[in-house]
Order: sequence, then structure tokens, then C-alpha cells
Amino acid sequence: MEYLLMIIACVFVNNIILSQFLGICPFLGVSNKLSTALGMGVAVIFVMTLATLVTSLVQVYVLVPLEITFLQTIAFILIIAALVQMVEIVLKKTSPSLYQALGIFLPLITTNCAVLGVAIGVTQKPDFTILDSVIYTAATAVGFTVAILIFAGLREQLELVKVPKAMRGVPIALITAGILSMAFMGFANLVKTF
Amino acid sequence: MKKLKIFLNGIIKENPTFVLVLGMCPTLGVTTSAFNGFGMGLATTFVLLMSNILISLLKNVIPDKVRIPAFIVVIATFVSMIDLLIQGFVPALGESLGLFIPLIVVNCIVLGRAEAFASKSSVLDSALDGLGMGLGFTLSLTIIGAVREILGAGAIFGCQILPETYNILIFVLAPGAFIVLGLLMALVRSLQKTDK
Repeated sequence: MEYLLMIIACVFVNNIILSQFLGICPFLGVSNKLSTALGMGVAVIFVMTLATLVTSLVQVYVLVPLEITFLQTIAFILIIAALVQMVEIVLKKTSPSLYQALGIFLPLITTNCAVLGVAIGVTQKPDFTILDSVIYTAATAVGFTVAILIFAGLREQLELVKVPKAMRGVPIALITAGILSMAFMGFANLVKTF
Repeated sequence: MKKLKIFLNGIIKENPTFVLVLGMCPTLGVTTSAFNGFGMGLATTFVLLMSNILISLLKNVIPDKVRIPAFIVVIATFVSMIDLLIQGFVPALGESLGLFIPLIVVNCIVLGRAEAFASKSSVLDSALDGLGMGLGFTLSLTIIGAVREILGAGAIFGCQILPETYNILIFVLAPGAFIVLGLLMALVRSLQKTDK
């Protein structure tokens, strides 16, 4: 029950893109087509969950006991970069079809601030166990996918509309995102956020 | 003259926010007030300047194959430094910027300038480029922050200028960030068109 509420909170109420502003670059960059948005979303769910699992283990068993938490930023970004490389190599060897679907999105994920943001964010929540952190991250990543899919659908429609010259491309996309974010504000106070 | 051009490039012609559309997360996330935008801008400028200088000094030492991880380590070091400095000296700013300070590491502007400019240019040029890009970023963040603060809270840099009845709360909340940035970007574009 507790976890169900957490999932609803992460996906809708406190959506990572529309209310926390993390992962805006891929949100604007790969949302032109529904199919690429889906690919990115799945890749993000996969990498983010794995990254938080590894970084919270490192945080609890390495950084805290050795009292070197000031190295957190450096350690986490290196872990994430290495992890993404490894996932890429493993996928290439074991599942070529999955690699073909997700391959081009994987290098982009290293620079996705949502991955590092959530990995650091969960360590700042005092009473989160490692299991809590992983579920929280997975739900947040699902929220990312939901938002990018809705947005890609809207942008596909937007292609067909005549837009004033100065507004074409990014500006109109940002305003659309603003309206979408307003719609998501309707979920505010639905459940307690974490 | 050429040096001046490198410096001004980042502020106007290739403004990271409005023209290159890089570093969107902090741009949207922290600009609830002009002061927050300004603080974030300066923190990023520090990281850009220092990492550009160091990477330009090390450009002949770093092997080509591992340059990206090497750049990230350099950047992350300076980010950790500025994080601790802000927490120590301006804790109020640290609290309002929160998670976005460590996230300067993944700000595409910093890595982008390291890769596109500092790894190929002299130390002085790289420093000027870092400073120019950083100040361009600071300028745009402060403008966005100021617009949102005036519309949403009726104040600028914390100074009340409009009575509370005229506040439009939505502009300091999440949707306001997207809408203000979209409109400002369109404005900058139409101004640039008339220049040519």
C-alpha cells in the first residue's frame, strides 16, 4: 500500500520532468516522434533503476563508512558513465535486437541529469532503505516515460499546425510543456509526496 | 579584437540558453527569483571558467580515447568545490538551489565547451570563452528569474514593487517556467531576425 502511494506520487503528483525539472534535455530533444520517445523512455527506466541500485549500495557500504561523502558527486557520475558503457556492451553481446532498439539512446543517458539527480536525491532522504530508493527511482522513471510519451503525441500534432515563425521549434514546445505541466498540477495533493 | 569577440560570443551571439538551448534543467528549475537565477549563473560560471582553464592546460596530456571521462572528473571536482563553498558561505542560496548545484556536472554547457573549445584552444582563449559563456548563462537566468519574480511575486531581487493583488502565482510555479522561457526565446529570435 505504502509503495502504491509512492508510485502514484512519483508518476503523477511529483512528476520528474513537469514539476522537478530534471531530464529536460532528452524531453525536448527526442520527443519529435512517438516511437523514439518510447525507446528513450524504456532505456531511461532500465538505466535509472540500475544506476540508483548501484549508487545507493556504494553510498551505504563505501562512502558513508569511509566518511568520504564529499566525493559523492564525482563517484556517482563515474559510476553512471561506467554503468551505461557496460549496459551497452552487455546488450550488444546478449540481445542484439534490444540493442538495436535502445542502442542510440544509451550514450545520451549519461548526460541525462535525471539519472544523477535521482541518485543523489534519494541519498538525501533520511529514512529511505535501499529497496525504497529503487522503487522510488523506478516509479520516477515511469513518470519520465509517461510525460515524454504524452509530449511526443502533442508534438506530432503540432507539426501539422501553422505556428508563427519566431515560435517554431523549441519555443512552442516549451509553451506546450507549460500547459501540460499545468494539467499535471491537477494531481497536486492527491497523495502525500515523498 | 579577436579576444573580445571570443568573450562576447557566449554572451550574445551564441547565448547558451536562448540560442544554443543548452542547460535547460537549471534554467527552468532554479529561476523562481532573480537572485536564485543569478546565484546559479555565477556558480556555473565558476565551474566553466576553472574547468576550461584546466582542460586547456591538460589538453596535450589527456589521451584522446579517455578524454570525456577525464573532462567529467575535472568538472565534477570543481562542482564539488563550489557546492561546499556555497554550503559554507551562502547557506540560504544552497538551500534554494538544492540538488541543482551537484547537477552542474551534467550541465551540457560545461562539457560542451570543454569538448568544443577548451580541448583545442590556448589557455587565455579558453578562459575568455568560459567566462563569456558563463556570463551569458548568468544573464539569461537572471532575466528569466526577474520576469518570473515580477509576474509571480510582484518583486525583483526580493524588493516588493507590485501589491500582492496583482501577483500571478502560476509564474513562480512549474508551468510558469516553461511558458516564460518559451516566450522569451521567441522574443530573442524575432529580435535576431530584424538584426540581419
